[in-house]
Amino acid sequence: MSDRPIWKSGVTLGSIAAVCTALVALTWQLTAERIELNKKLWLERSLQPALAGLFFDSPVTESVLTIPPPHGLPGTDAVVVYRVYAGDMPVAALFDITARDGYAGPIRMLVGIAMDGKVSGVRVIEHRETPGLGDRIDILKSDWVLQFDGHSLSDPDVAQWAIKRDGGDFDQLTGASVTPRAVIKAIKETLIYFSANRDAIFAAASEDAS
Amino acid sequence: MSDLAERFKNGLWRDNPGLVQLLGLCPLLAVTASFVNGLGLGLATLGVLVASNALVSATRRWIQTEIRVPIYVVIIASLVTCTELVFKAWFPELDRTLGIFIPLIVTNCAIVARAEVFASRNPVGASIIDGLTMGLGFALLLMAIGAFREIIGQGSLFSRMDMLLGGEPVRGIVFVDQGWLLMLLPPGAFFCLALAIAAKNAIDRRRYNVNAPTSRLARRLDR
Repeated sequence: MSDRPIWKSGVTLGSIAAVCTALVALTWQLTAERIELNKKLWLERSLQPALAGLFFDSPVTESVLTIPPPHGLPGTDAVVVYRVYAGDMPVAALFDITARDGYAGPIRMLVGIAMDGKVSGVRVIEHRETPGLGDRIDILKSDWVLQFDGHSLSDPDVAQWAIKRDGGDFDQLTGASVTPRAVIKAIKETLIYFSANRDAIFAAASEDAS
Repeated sequence: MSDLAERFKNGLWRDNPGLVQLLGLCPLLAVTASFVNGLGLGLATLGVLVASNALVSATRRWIQTEIRVPIYVVIIASLVTCTELVFKAWFPELDRTLGIFIPLIVTNCAIVARAEVFASRNPVGASIIDGLTMGLGFALLLMAIGAFREIIGQGSLFSRMDMLLGGEPVRGIVFVDQGWLLMLLPPGAFFCLALAIAAKNAIDRRRYNVNAPTSRLARRLDR
């Protein structure tokens, strides 16, 4: 132990902390704009694939609607819906939903539904499913999630919205059944919600996208 | 010059933070499911280690021994925060994959160990070199384990390199479509680390032609 007074240690610690804080503040200044831009770009880019094959001419993130619970959609939190237009004509609604019944925690996914009630695309954007088994719901791992494109509540029948093992129409994933069940159930619930509330969704006032 | 070579040999092999000092194992085990993860976290750790060694060494004359640890923590935590911001700004994809493990570099004891053992007693230049060699040793180990686990567990190599290099998502070199899943899961990480340590010890033993189980003995014999 040195015999220096305690306040000297305090001053040293304080000044080093001040210098370090300045360093962090400077880095933040230099990166803040880029980080914000990245977030927006990433959101826009991650939304696009679920709207494949549709024509629209506005940024997806332009017309946002938040549906507070209870809503009948998957999950218990408020659900964000992106409304997509071509000119003034509504083209599709894109639901950002979270299925709570995944094998390893929540599965966050985007479900795009065109005005005629057909699925335009589904993308899983956040999940913690088992690598090699359940994680094939991720488009980077397999094409499984593409099988829903073009299907609606009447094609196949509501009762057939299940994996084949459960008597439904859709392919399962070898070695994983909890995961696809959760995904299909979430899509089905979203379709049901859409068909019941389609006009209300597009009639509601828009919020500020940012 | 030979001193420099010696230092590199130390960091990369003889005193490798992961293989010999067994430091920083939590991130090492957790993120090395693929090569690109290992590379990304390895580079981030390397950067933080070099910068923290430089700062600790530069301020070593003002740091009283009784408050050195909080000062190391402040310095390392700020550097890690800067690194995280840089990752978010320029490698957002990789940041999403590595997730919590970037901020967790703070807790990588390899960094605080180098500050305490080396940087606090040596000039700035030497400390930077120490950070470089130790960081490189750690990064190479992360990459090696990442590559190994990816090849066996996923049947590919260099997949998702776009997270570092930019561009469209790539699947890398695909050898087989499906790998041995266990290697991607946590137990695989332990197996790989054990194999790597065993391999290092075996090589050392053969090189120094001794049968003692520790590499420390091999080190002593080498001198």
